[in-house]
Amino acid sequence: MSFVAHLINGISLGSVYALIALGYTMVYGIAKMLNFAHGDVIMIGGYVVFVTASGMGINPLAAIIISMAACTVLGVTIERVAYRPLRGASPLAVLITAIGVSYLLQNVALLVFGSDTKAFSNVVTLPNLELFDGQLIIKSVTIVTVIVSIIIMAGLSFFVKRTKIGRAMTAVSEDQGAAQLMGINVNGTIAVTFAIGSMLASVAGVLLCSAYPSLTPYTGSMPGIKAFVAAVFGGIGSIPGAFIGGILLGVIENLSKAYISSQLSDAIVFSILIIVLLVKPTGLLGRKILEKV
Amino acid sequence: MALLETKNLGISFGGLRAVNAFDISVEKGQLYGLIGPNGAGKTTIFNLLTGVYQPDEGAILLDGVNLTGKKTIEICKAGIARTFQNIRLFHDMPVLDNVKVGLHNHYPYSTFEGILRLPRYHKVEKEMNAKAMELLEVFGLEKYADYKAENLPYGQQRKLEIARAMATNPKLLLLDEPAAGMNPNETGELMETIRFVRDRFEMTILLIEHDMKLVAGICEKLTVLNFGEVLAQGETQEVLNDPHVITAYLGE
Amino acid sequence: MKVNKSKVSKTTKNDLITYGMVILTYIVVQLLVSTGHVSSLIQGLLVPFCTYVIVAVALNLTVGILGELSLGHAGFMCVGAFASAVFSLAFKEALPGGFRFFLALLIGAASAALVGFLVGIPVLRLRGDYLAIVTLAFGEIIKNIINALYLGVDSNGVHFSMKDALSLHMEEDGLMLIKGAQGVTGTPNDSDFTVGVILILVTLFIVLNFIHSRTGRAVMSIRDNRIAAESVGINVTKYKLIAFTVSASLAGVAGVLYAHNLSTLNALPKNFGYNMSIMILVFVVLGGIGNIRGSIVAAVLLTLLPEVLRGLSDYRMLIYSIVLIVMMIFNWSPNAVFFRKRLQQKLLPGRKAEKEAV
Repeated sequence: MSFVAHLINGISLGSVYALIALGYTMVYGIAKMLNFAHGDVIMIGGYVVFVTASGMGINPLAAIIISMAACTVLGVTIERVAYRPLRGASPLAVLITAIGVSYLLQNVALLVFGSDTKAFSNVVTLPNLELFDGQLIIKSVTIVTVIVSIIIMAGLSFFVKRTKIGRAMTAVSEDQGAAQLMGINVNGTIAVTFAIGSMLASVAGVLLCSAYPSLTPYTGSMPGIKAFVAAVFGGIGSIPGAFIGGILLGVIENLSKAYISSQLSDAIVFSILIIVLLVKPTGLLGRKILEKV
Repeated sequence: MALLETKNLGISFGGLRAVNAFDISVEKGQLYGLIGPNGAGKTTIFNLLTGVYQPDEGAILLDGVNLTGKKTIEICKAGIARTFQNIRLFHDMPVLDNVKVGLHNHYPYSTFEGILRLPRYHKVEKEMNAKAMELLEVFGLEKYADYKAENLPYGQQRKLEIARAMATNPKLLLLDEPAAGMNPNETGELMETIRFVRDRFEMTILLIEHDMKLVAGICEKLTVLNFGEVLAQGETQEVLNDPHVITAYLGE
Repeated sequence: MKVNKSKVSKTTKNDLITYGMVILTYIVVQLLVSTGHVSSLIQGLLVPFCTYVIVAVALNLTVGILGELSLGHAGFMCVGAFASAVFSLAFKEALPGGFRFFLALLIGAASAALVGFLVGIPVLRLRGDYLAIVTLAFGEIIKNIINALYLGVDSNGVHFSMKDALSLHMEEDGLMLIKGAQGVTGTPNDSDFTVGVILILVTLFIVLNFIHSRTGRAVMSIRDNRIAAESVGINVTKYKLIAFTVSASLAGVAGVLYAHNLSTLNALPKNFGYNMSIMILVFVVLGGIGNIRGSIVAAVLLTLLPEVLRGLSDYRMLIYSIVLIVMMIFNWSPNAVFFRKRLQQKLLPGRKAEKEAV
């Protein structure tokens, strides 16, 4: 039974990774940049819900919507102020800037909210699911997390494949120059990508903090990095890849915590990244891109 | 025997047949032109010849040695050097060092000798500097030796790229649209340079060009490519007067 | 040939200025210390200064010369620190101080180089931002492993465990080398400011000579245009690996210096974590990417500044992050680059823009 419980917890954690990884993978696919600050947007999302729900007593659902709006604005602002001026600059410069933004968000949160851990109250208030006469208890937040991720993943796939903006995103990711010539607003499309990614980050933040109810300015950084590992694992640029990579990573992390060593679980997760890059650099569902000469 | 020979060379990208059944035979010392409309597959052929892409089928022979499936570095060592359509210099390095990178494989000393500046470092660096300056002088670039490559005027950047390619001591030089973006004066000067390189180093040169004045002026033989296939091949004047070629260029 | 000669002497002159600057600073600091003008707080910071300078110069080799980003240089420091500390502790009685420290340096540098090489193999073949994320991951792995590692030596030989001290089953006379999260205690205090400055000079010697050698040119050509470098026969993976390994081993040297200045060595997020790697990156960016002398100045200033301006310490990290963003946009944004070039042409007409020597 305990194996099943660990597995389910792993899938739940993995769903959160998957949501974060979706943001990474979309931005990487379209803007060809690693948005290091993505993990910290999660943390900001968590704080917004904490302040509005626990602090001001606003209805949790409304708090989540406020948080999604705030993160969307934040994501678009970051893109506009820090990343857009560097479009066309060396990837190294963009990457260092993204690290700077990540650091900025952490330190602003540190100054505003302090370094003490905030007790985040679970926004999912449904009863837990008890199976086999109480031998296996599945927390309601676990179920909600998995369901929400599946819905978002399906919605996002539909959005990218079927809507005009979604197809514009695909076009920009294939060839920015050609997309521009076809009359697609490249800057606008990239901004939309950041908006969606950041909105998902806020949802991920709420779910993460509900499952692990402690919030500090550094809450987002480790899950953010792991989600990137998940995105690489699944094949960077691929939406289903991010989802599968996220779930697998969550399961591996939880099982190694339970059966190998809780201290070494992070090391195991990161070793997977190195092994994947060694064996199949394009990830599970990624594809090889020929370079133009 | 021809210096460069390809047999039935072909490559596809996804569903697109970029190059199909490409045969060419370039004699030693020849100035050979590869022309054709945009998207005909000319640069793809250069990329196949230099190992940037691997052909789906066919063979590449240089001086009788089979180079099919070899990597870019091995092909460079075997004796094919190239320039690029969009100039690719080591932009943040001095002009002199750009050429010295080209000389890299012919003037060896170890990293260790370099860090400790052992006698061989001084000896080889001196030889390298002399050789690099000699090449810069050939191309009239010696006064720019200290400049950062990106600060050179456009025409000189093209020349530097050729000088760098020559530094690898090739048997065959591939020039990808050397006159692109040049004004008529610069093009005239470039034609002189290309001819000079051929005569002075007894070099075999295969070049892609759109400028018909340059092509007609210096190329001895031509291959015309259209939709990845050879449309015409032969002496320059014959080919340029071929009605098929004129149609391909000017339309029906 | 004349042009070329003046160039060689110019880079040599520039390197000499860098060495001279370090030596001069050393003399001034020693004078100030002997006349009692330096507070004990700052005196305690002298060796950490040297550590940061060395690791910043090492990172600049990766970022500025190789053109790749490493977020794991704190991890390489960590490897060098622990490998050398364990060695020095084990041979504390058996070997004389100076010789022991020399060996410790070699061991620290070699182990960091080996790890850098192993991390580099899978990553440097790939393009894009993978090196950054993998080195970051590697830094975390190292920290995790060291915090879970128990290592001891007794008359039966070497014991190690990933669980706890008891499962080592040591004899009475045994010596604990690494005690899990408690780290290494009792490392001989072999490093001081003078040793630190000598190591800075050695690091500079290696890095500057590397840059001006055939290998350094090959590495920079890859940074500037990988495809062109390949086309003239440069073995891209090989030279990336060489540069990265040298850079990692120098970070290991910084770790050795750090470890032998402390009686207790722990792998904490503060000293060997991601934050430390970012700090080093800030030194490199602020000093100028590819500018070795700049890294030294930035490392010293940014370590000194918060100590002098204590009131700012809460805002220190915030300021660093803003500096990082502003510097990058100002220096690298295509618009800013264009604007500066035009300004330069307007203000200094006819002046040839030569390559800035490193």
